[in-house]
Formats: sequence, structure tokens, C-alpha cells
Amino acid sequence: MSTLTRKEVEAIAHLARLAITEAEMPVYVKSLSSILTFVEQLNAADTGAVEPMAHPLAGQVQRLRPDVVTEVDRHEKYQENAPQVEGALYLVPKVIE
Amino acid sequence: MHALTIAELSRKLRAREFSSEELTRALLARIERHNEPLNAFLTVTEDSALAAARAADKRLAAGDAGPVTGVPIAHKDIFCTDGVRTSCGSRILDNFVAPYDATVVARLKGAGTVMLGKCNMDEFAMGSSNETSYYGPVANPWDRTRVPGGSSGGSAAAVAARLLPAATGTDTGGSIRQPAALTGITGLKPTYGRVSRYGMIAFASSLDQAGVLTRSVEDAALLLETIAGFDPADSTSVDEPVPPYSMLLEQPLAGVKIGLLKEFFDKGLDAANAACVRAALDVCRKLGAQLREVSLPNLPLSVPTYYVVAPAECSSNLSRFDGVRFGYRCKDPKDLTDLYKRSRGEGFGAEVKRRIMTGTYVLSAGYYDAYYLKAQKVRALINDDFRRAFRDVDVLIGPTTPTPAFAIGAKVDDPITMYLNDIYTIGANLAGLPALSVPCGFVGGLPVGLQIIGPHFSEARILNVGHLYQRETDWHRRVPPGYE
Repeated sequence: MSTLTRKEVEAIAHLARLAITEAEMPVYVKSLSSILTFVEQLNAADTGAVEPMAHPLAGQVQRLRPDVVTEVDRHEKYQENAPQVEGALYLVPKVIE
Repeated sequence: MHALTIAELSRKLRAREFSSEELTRALLARIERHNEPLNAFLTVTEDSALAAARAADKRLAAGDAGPVTGVPIAHKDIFCTDGVRTSCGSRILDNFVAPYDATVVARLKGAGTVMLGKCNMDEFAMGSSNETSYYGPVANPWDRTRVPGGSSGGSAAAVAARLLPAATGTDTGGSIRQPAALTGITGLKPTYGRVSRYGMIAFASSLDQAGVLTRSVEDAALLLETIAGFDPADSTSVDEPVPPYSMLLEQPLAGVKIGLLKEFFDKGLDAANAACVRAALDVCRKLGAQLREVSLPNLPLSVPTYYVVAPAECSSNLSRFDGVRFGYRCKDPKDLTDLYKRSRGEGFGAEVKRRIMTGTYVLSAGYYDAYYLKAQKVRALINDDFRRAFRDVDVLIGPTTPTPAFAIGAKVDDPITMYLNDIYTIGANLAGLPALSVPCGFVGGLPVGLQIIGPHFSEARILNVGHLYQRETDWHRRVPPGYE
């Protein structure tokens, strides 16, 4: 039975860059603990010599393409979706004082 | 017109019994009338639909039309549509207007289909009831107090309510087949890599696949042959020839070996659902198929395997939503970390945050081997079970879901209960297999789904079995009361 503490959930939320409100926190402590307990069933499987599977189709290899430019400059169109831009730049709060 | 399938519409459009514009206007009026209580559509693209319909009519008149030219469809709001809001059911993309078309969208557009709009869905396709959408739940047309399933719940409800003949969907753990089953329609998840995922917003990249929700297997075949095929823009797309699926539906079932999935007839399966599935197996037997029971001993571990692998991949994929280049940004961020955290904390809903955190935890230092690597090994065991089974049988058959549609709100507070809705569908995603759900009966007025799973790239065979079953039965022609 896995039980996460509030402190552990706060650490996970920080790693995931998620602001979690006071009201949400107890709900996540409880549900993340129950999910981890649920997935502990996997320990029952004997996986001693098993190769982990990362891709559902065996034998597929990463394709390579010639190193040539295929994209055209469409930054104006893409930046229509941006919260804040100046010139061709995306603006964020100052990082270096 | 609204009751016709794509195959029927195609014949009538070519015979000029009505124009695509007339058909499109009729369906837009139907959406206007019925959408509000269902909440199936998030966006209706009336003007571009009418323009596309008029262009299709020109192609039909010029004799330059394919089998789906002039046919109205809609896209799950996970597919990027050039110039049209693509929200993925999330607040974080509420203001996002896609700057390009997904390959699935482009291929259907090129074939002359008419897009009527974008369908509601669970936020980022994470859900089995369409209750996690930022835009509110979708209602099941068979009983509007019940869920339509998810995550392609808007697509399923719209097709079931005869608002249009077909819609696209995506399936990561059952998100096409489960809502198809719960709304009495046909849902096809193709083989991993069969259909391009370019422009389809990523959830779990080793599992996601695009597919279709239709009212007949024949229609699913017509759409699959339009969207399937190699795409250099998707690195997981497989370069395999696309068979003419709609021409291969009539092969006789004599001698076809069907495996009855023993693990699917477990104690969680509703007895009335089981009876519908067993009756469907009798139909297959009468068609000449040979039935035998098959055991996949590791299959009961699919749900816990999935709830490690899928959240892990989602935590990585969803890191791109950071409030910098597109999407929601929080008010007055005090620094960059605050901008990331509050944009994501306010932009994502509860279930998406739960899965990101689950994934972050199972990938974190010290826990990676115990959770993620272990799950990938169990995934290999499940995959081996399927591989062994397909040495003895051509297809596997079982239920799509354990129960018919449940009440809106019934499972929202307990994620584990919600996750177990996908107990019969997740296996095909873990192994990358094609799978089809077709209606096979009713329990208390609610539809039940039959699932047909095949080996990699055996779409022609599973569609063939489903089509011959639909020729013998009329479950797929039943219309929800009030939507006739």
C-alpha cells in the first residue's frame, strides 16, 4: 500500500511545474496514493528475463531524412497564438537581473 | 438524409438525388436543433462547410469525385484544423487556432469530405466518460442522464444521434471503441502506425492512434482507406501498402478461426452484456467461423500497466504547454517559474494534472525501475500473450466494455473505478493491434459493444468479420428515440 505524504505531492507538483491550490492538495494526496497502490499489482508478474517494451511494433527503426531545409518561415502566423510577442520574439518575465 | 450511411450517401450524391450543399444544410440544421443538450460539438464551421460542399458538388458534376466526396464529417477537437480553434477539450488551448491541418484532416479534405465542425472530448483525451472536458460533459443520446463514453465522446454522440454519418477519433486506451460501444455505433482503432498522427495532439506516444466512428463497418472501411498510409511527417508512420478495405468486406467466414478471450469474461463483466456477446458469437459460428477459447494470462494486468506507461508519456508530452508560445497564460506572473506553474495549474483540469503528476512520479529518480521499467516489461508479457494467441486464431473476440453506459457523475470521484472502464480495450493499445467495436445488443435500452481484435495490419480481416456480422444483424441500425 503506497501512501504519499503531502510533502511528496508538493515535490512532484514542483517537478511537473504545476501550481496546486490548497483545496486541490488533499484530493491529489489521496488519489495519487490510490493509483500507486493500484499499479503495485504489477509486482506480481515475473519479469526476470523480460526485455522492456518501448514500441508496439517490433523491428521499427527511426527513419532518417536528408539534412535539408523543409520548413518555411511562418513565425508571424505562429505568433498569432502567442500570449505576448515583440518583433519576432516571445516575451516572458525577466530571467536574468 | 440524416439516417443514411456514407455508402448510401455516396450513391445518392453521385445519382444527383440531392447535392452535397443540400445535405450539408440539412445536417447543419439538425446540429443546430439537437446539439445543445448533447454538447457534442464545440465548434460548428458553417461557412467553410457550405463552401466545401459547393466545391464537392462541382467535383461530383465533373465526374471527378471519390467515394467520400461531398460526405459531411466532423473531427475530434484533438486534430489540428487550419484556421479553426483546436482546444483538445482544455482551457489551456481554449484560444488556440491551429496554423495547419493534421494529416488526417488534410487527407479527408483532399478526398472532398465536408467538415461540419469539431467535437467535444475528454481534456487531452484523458477520460472514459467525456466528463473531463473544460466545456462540460457530453450526453449519451440513448439516455441523456448517462455518459457517452470517452474520450471521443462528442464524436460518438454526434454520430449516434444522426447529426452526421461519421467523425474522427483517437484511441490511446479505448477512446474510440468504448464510446462507440456505449452509443451503439461502430468504432475502429487501426494498427499503431497505420494512420498518421501528424497534427494530432499527443497524449501517450507509444499508444495513440487515429481512427473513425461511423454507423457501419462498411463506412469505417471507406474512411480508413482514405486516411491510412505512410506519412513522412510522422516518425511512427509505417510504410505499408493500404489495401482497398471496402472491397474486401465480403470474404466468407468459413474456416476463419475466432478466439474467445477467456480473460474478458471475468467477474467484472455484466451478465447481460456477456449474454449479448455470446449471442454474437453464435452468429459468427453460423457464418462458418470456428470458435475456440483462448487464454491470455497477463491481460488482467493491462490496466495497471497502462496507468504507468500512459501517464509517464503524457507528463513528457504535455511539458510543451508552458504559457510561452501559445495557449493560456496566467495573469501577472512574478517570474518564469511562476508563469509555468500557474499557467499549467490554471490551464489544465483535475484529471490531466493527476496524470501528469502520476507520470512525473513514476519517471522520477529512484522510482523509474520500480514503476516505469516494470510496466514496460509487463507490457512485453501482454504483447507476447497476443502474439502466441494469433498463432492459433485469426481474430480475438470479446466485449468492448464491462457494462453499458453509466450515469453522468457516477464515477468522477474515484479514478480507479473510472480507469477500469477500459479493462477490455487497453490490451490492443499496449500491443499496437487493430480493434473494432460493433453494436451487438441492448441492455435496459442501452447499447452493448462487441470487440474484434486482430494481428498487426489485419484491418481487412477484422472489418470483414464485423461487416458480415452487421449483414446478419440490425443492432447498428437502431436509432436513439427522439433522433429518428
